[in-house]
Amino acid sequence: MRIFLEQMLNGLTIGSFYALIALGYSMVYGVMKLINFAHGDLFALGSYLGFTLLVWGNAYATVTFGIWGGLIAAILIAAIGIGIAGIIIERIAYRPIYSVGRLPAVVSALGVSIFLQNIIMVIWGPRYQAYPVSVVPTLRFEIGGIHITLLQIVILILSFALLAILYYIIQKTTFGAAIRACALDRDTAALMGINIETIIFFIFFLGPALGGTAGVMVGMYYRQISFTMGWNYGLKAFTATILGGIGNIPGAMLGGLLLGIIEMLGSAYISTAYKDVFVFLILILVLIFRPRGLLGEKVAEKV
Amino acid sequence: MAKDNNNMETIIKSEQENKETDKINKVVLQTNKLTKKFGGLTAVNNFDLKVSQGQISSLIGPNGAGKTTVFNVVTGIYKADGGKVLFKGEDLAGKKPHQIIKKGIARTFQNIRLFSNMTCLENVMAGQHCRSREGTWSSVLQTPGQRKEELEIKENAENRLKQVGLWRWRDELGKNIAYGNQRMLEIGRALASNPDLLILDEPSSGLNDKESEDLIVFLKSLLKEDLTILLIEHDMNVVMGISHWVTVMDEGKKIAEGLPEDVYSNPQVIEAYLGKDEEEEE
Amino acid sequence: MKLNKNIKEKGSIFKNWLIIIVVILFVVLPFIINAYWVDVLFFFGIYALLGLSLNIVLGEVGLFDLGHMGFMAIGAYTTAILNTTFGIPIIILLPISAITAGAFAWLVCSPIIHLRGDYLCIVTIGMGEIVRLVLINNPFGITGGPNGVFGIDFLSFGGPLIIDSSIENYFVIWIVVGLTILGLINLQRSRIGRAWNCIREDEIAAEATGIDVRSYKLLAFVLGAGLAGVAGNIYASKLMIVSPESFVFMESCLLFCIVLIGGMGSIPGVLIGAAAISLFPEFFRTFAQYRMLIFGAAMVVMMIFRPGGIWPRKRGAFKVESLLIKAGEENG
Repeated sequence: MRIFLEQMLNGLTIGSFYALIALGYSMVYGVMKLINFAHGDLFALGSYLGFTLLVWGNAYATVTFGIWGGLIAAILIAAIGIGIAGIIIERIAYRPIYSVGRLPAVVSALGVSIFLQNIIMVIWGPRYQAYPVSVVPTLRFEIGGIHITLLQIVILILSFALLAILYYIIQKTTFGAAIRACALDRDTAALMGINIETIIFFIFFLGPALGGTAGVMVGMYYRQISFTMGWNYGLKAFTATILGGIGNIPGAMLGGLLLGIIEMLGSAYISTAYKDVFVFLILILVLIFRPRGLLGEKVAEKV
Repeated sequence: MAKDNNNMETIIKSEQENKETDKINKVVLQTNKLTKKFGGLTAVNNFDLKVSQGQISSLIGPNGAGKTTVFNVVTGIYKADGGKVLFKGEDLAGKKPHQIIKKGIARTFQNIRLFSNMTCLENVMAGQHCRSREGTWSSVLQTPGQRKEELEIKENAENRLKQVGLWRWRDELGKNIAYGNQRMLEIGRALASNPDLLILDEPSSGLNDKESEDLIVFLKSLLKEDLTILLIEHDMNVVMGISHWVTVMDEGKKIAEGLPEDVYSNPQVIEAYLGKDEEEEE
Repeated sequence: MKLNKNIKEKGSIFKNWLIIIVVILFVVLPFIINAYWVDVLFFFGIYALLGLSLNIVLGEVGLFDLGHMGFMAIGAYTTAILNTTFGIPIIILLPISAITAGAFAWLVCSPIIHLRGDYLCIVTIGMGEIVRLVLINNPFGITGGPNGVFGIDFLSFGGPLIIDSSIENYFVIWIVVGLTILGLINLQRSRIGRAWNCIREDEIAAEATGIDVRSYKLLAFVLGAGLAGVAGNIYASKLMIVSPESFVFMESCLLFCIVLIGGMGSIPGVLIGAAAISLFPEFFRTFAQYRMLIFGAAMVVMMIFRPGGIWPRKRGAFKVESLLIKAGEENG
């Protein structure tokens, strides 16, 4: 039982990473009908940005502001930096291609992904980097026999707070309604007077920003980062997006959390080696038996 | 093209312009209490339709009446929720569209669905897919049999193109030809499968008066080929001009049917198109 | 009209001569360059074969397949395992690998073939990854784990004809590619190829026009997988070792790009794309680190300025005569 709960906790933690990344996929796909393959690499870039800040000047940030200050600074820099990166990428690589078709957009997105991955490799090197122990909180607790770290608690609180805020924006505000309208039918939404430019700006800033935040958190949690993690996390986060229902933002959150839990339980009770296979199998099964995901709506094509 | 002669159920007397007033018409297509629902919406409700061989029948009704849905069920794109579709006496339940066209029903679409990046000739050649049989290996090796069949397909397609008046556009991409020509191309593609029944969904939509007239003449000419035609139409000139029989639909149900003149002056039909008086609404 | 016909005939003659020159070049080239470059051209050939195999699925039918390397892996490992365990000769394993890969495609794609474009894309990514991950994990000890399987024989036709040099492998792959091209051109001009293109244009219209969409999509996958399996077989015997590293997702992406950058459905385009992918890194050896960077950027730039591909498919009556097909039928 104790192991089960600990695994649930781990699962929720990982799940919240997936959820934060998945949001980026879902928002962009929902509104632009584009699978932003570069999104995973933006997440990785965020992780590296955080790393750089925390390590720079002999951990200047941590020394000056304390561990928590340093982490907050890292998250802010990553979030804002990656958000800006997202906007730039949209301008340069996607905007000229929307009118051409889905396929060129996919190739372009893949190109951006390759580019980002290799930029990271060029700047930071092909080997693993690690968040130093000194910049990461290490306090551990035991509550009711379950081991939990302060870091986990903070991550969970922060993630859920971000998810809750985003949920509120999307579901309860007019702006959120506009986003949902665009996700359903972009052209009509534009004709109804919704400013698509603003929506695009929002999703291409916020999605990557959340991804960048997740990147720093992953760096803090696992401490080891590599330039290929974007691909790994990206694909899983996309699975989460599909699981929840693509284009559906609460769905992305739910999918992410669920996926994290499933992955952890699968790895604990079935096999660690095959845990990635397990995740992909879930993806395929969902797509076969419930392609709209858990929360997505059935969209029939008018003939 | 052998005609199926078993299970003919109904005899329809029809008064048409030609002198065969006592001609017995076989029923080529009929639906019995056809029903189709989408979630909570019943798009087609216990709908009965009969189409007689060698005639042009029209299915009319206000927008949203369910006419295209009927076509979609008949041609296998949707599965019926109730009732039956019988073609030449055979139940079409569960058959997929590519099987149904092979049986002899070819259709066009309300919003033209061409193979836009293929040439007009290729579009019409595609129509013969169900009438040809050479497979993968014979195609890879280009066996004599395959080459012969391919030549036949090409010649048949060229004839059909000439028939619909698009011969000069044969090497032009489907998306590049004029709208009216695109409609004719779709008809040509449907004809290429040598159907017994041709189902046209608003063929005159988007055509100007002259083009509509040409269409009327063209459709009449098709009857000489032993073809039966079922139309969805909004253009009353077309409906009145060529239909032998008209069925009227509103809100998924049949509200009238008969000869064009009778239907035209039917008060229920007029009400369906123009709307009810406020006090009479249910 | 007559002027047009003259120009078309001249164009046809020109293209015939171009083909002859290219063929001569290909035959002569490996004898005048050093072994390293012959190997590079060998891998160009492998990518060309893979690109052609993916072209069936992606170019002709328009199905987004981002897991194609999985099929090559099945072919390669079938060859590797059956050869090292049972000593079955490579030449016999060539059709067996093709069939195994094709059967795998049939099994695995049947339940998902109806999925819409983007979703199919994701599933194929998942499939490709599952294949690779399973191979790494060495189930039942037959795949050798991350190190793979080694000690694969040379391809041999019996007697003195053993393919063990760079030049001989080069000819093997390019003969296979040549035959594949001929077969694919024939398919393009047949009702099969037409049916595929119709599906790509409009699935619903294709179905209503009499094409069994599901069967034809599966056919494309099975054929594409089979060819990829052949590529795997030749690859395995040349390298004498196969490992999961060769079949990562990035490779599937590269294949995808080959087809797209070359021009969807266009066979010359695929060849150009394969050349770009395999030769491009060679010319940038000095900038080794920045190669992929430039490659990624190049992909984006290409899509902005020439999304149709470098050599887009020209539709309509083919004016290029395949050397095996008698002239005359085209102008019927």
